[in-house]
Amino acid sequence: MYSLISNEMTKLIGRRKFIMVGLIIAVLLCLFAYAQTKQSESIRERIGTSDWRQELQQQIIDGQNRLSNAGPWREQLQIRLQQMQYYLDHDINPSQPGAPTFIRGFLENSTELFLPLLIMMVAADMVSSERSLGTIKLLLTRPVSRFRVLLSKYLTLVLSVSMIMLIYGFLTFAISAIMFGNDGWTAPVLTGFSSQGGELDISAVRLIPQWQYILHEFGLAWYVSLVIGTLSFMLSVLIRSTAAGMGVMIACLISGAILSNMVSSWESAKYLFMVNLGVIGYLEGSSPPVEGMTLSFSLLVLLVWAIAGLITAFAVFMKKDVY
Amino acid sequence: MSAEVTLKISGLKKTIRGKSIIKGLDLELKEGEVFGFLGPNGSGKTTTIRMLVGLIKPTSGVIEICGRNVATEFAQAMKHIGCIVENPEMYPYLSGWDNLRYFAAMLPDVDEKRIAKVVDMVAMQERIHDKVSTYSLGMRQRLGIAQALLGSPKVLILDEPTNGLDPLGIREMRAFIRQLAEQEGLTVFVSSHLLHEIQLMCDRVAIISRGEIVQVDTVYGLLSRQERLIWRLTPHEAGKAILQENTTILAEGEGTITTAYLENEIGEWNKRLVEGGISVLEMNRRLPALEDLFLELTGGGHDV
Repeated sequence: MYSLISNEMTKLIGRRKFIMVGLIIAVLLCLFAYAQTKQSESIRERIGTSDWRQELQQQIIDGQNRLSNAGPWREQLQIRLQQMQYYLDHDINPSQPGAPTFIRGFLENSTELFLPLLIMMVAADMVSSERSLGTIKLLLTRPVSRFRVLLSKYLTLVLSVSMIMLIYGFLTFAISAIMFGNDGWTAPVLTGFSSQGGELDISAVRLIPQWQYILHEFGLAWYVSLVIGTLSFMLSVLIRSTAAGMGVMIACLISGAILSNMVSSWESAKYLFMVNLGVIGYLEGSSPPVEGMTLSFSLLVLLVWAIAGLITAFAVFMKKDVY
Repeated sequence: MSAEVTLKISGLKKTIRGKSIIKGLDLELKEGEVFGFLGPNGSGKTTTIRMLVGLIKPTSGVIEICGRNVATEFAQAMKHIGCIVENPEMYPYLSGWDNLRYFAAMLPDVDEKRIAKVVDMVAMQERIHDKVSTYSLGMRQRLGIAQALLGSPKVLILDEPTNGLDPLGIREMRAFIRQLAEQEGLTVFVSSHLLHEIQLMCDRVAIISRGEIVQVDTVYGLLSRQERLIWRLTPHEAGKAILQENTTILAEGEGTITTAYLENEIGEWNKRLVEGGISVLEMNRRLPALEDLFLELTGGGHDV
């Protein structure tokens, strides 16, 4: 099994997959970091102070002004404002400048689309590329059962997802530390907000140091990436063409992003995996797409989808006639 | 020849979506023989080969490789088999050597020495460390064979091995296949739609058409059974009439008449011709080209 996995890794490295992923992360990070600097500069200019309390106060006022015409996002915005107020009341800076704060925000924004896309770069053609190259015929005529062939591929995927997360973590840390300075790891962050019917529930709120919060985020991001990887992997087995498989997966991700903002009255949509990708939102306390969804619920839904995907992938792969 | 049976197919059938593609094949191949599997496109050659190597599951029937059932003892059976199915596909972004190392890792007990040996056998030493994407089709074909030989198999299955090779490459390939069978004692199962190919390199041949084996025989036996005699007689019409009384006329060309070659009767026919005042200008015994034979056996035409 070890040699099978090392074979799969040879192929990934031979195709320079990890270098590609690393480059994409680096380029995007630089862009975001630059945008972030610009934004905080402009805010500082507008308010004319670098005191975060005044900045936050200003944001709350801006938000309140928007509230009347926020339409369907009214509830979410309201919760957001209540949260800001809570931070202000407890004299905790929610965006302590520095690398950790940037990493925190970046992670939060990349779990739903950016990280899944990176994972798909590896997962989407794991099986289908063997088909289009024709090498599947060589792979399946070795004295190795089909189950072990696919298992080695899946384990390689798990490894790759972990490696991509590491590359991602390392690059975000390195670039943001250079751009924003390496302070604020121990800055306090509030977590445990939950919302009930548009009201912020603060009964479970607790303070944790920022590094711990980031670690939580990383764990969740890894979990989501793994689920996305598993589903892409299944599509790669089911669909002959890599492009089609990727298309389906991207369509799912995008529809997830759109649906999350629309389904508040469509109760059963909460069982769709793509509506459950925003798990980091629970840490932060933003209101979930469908009333009543919780962190453990979302993790469970994702788990069920991943297991079903894996079973389908293995069942099909082991039975299928290869032409 | 009391050689060991290395590949045994019995009652092999495949039905795809209610359509019967392979309608019951039975074959036995022995070690050291080159066996030709001949049929037009769409006759079921590739489907059969894919079943032999476990890519497609048979609807019914048993395939045994060195006594191991492909369906139930897959890994055991595959140890004894090396194959190229259709094109010799490899990973283009890896070098030839890395490709071989890759496949060696999936086989039990294949070390660098063995890899170097097979590279030697197919004479690829010079370019083996270049990327496969820079190889010519002939080199890929040779790398494919090297890959198939890695695990020191007893049975080598080659699907259209001379496809896309130039005349020199084809000759080398033929010699190489003969050498493998004669010196290493391999059973080589070669499919082709080129009758000429099979005629030149195989010991025995099976002809398949529409999913059924039409005939299995040694190449020589198959040809001699269908041997022809070509007559040139004068006067032509009268001669033809006399021949017609004794045998069937298979074909008529410009001034020639073709009949079967039946050793015991030819003297008699000749005597009658002479008695009838016909001069026999020419009696020409001819082995048919496999092409003619093939068309005759399969009822002509390529089926869909």
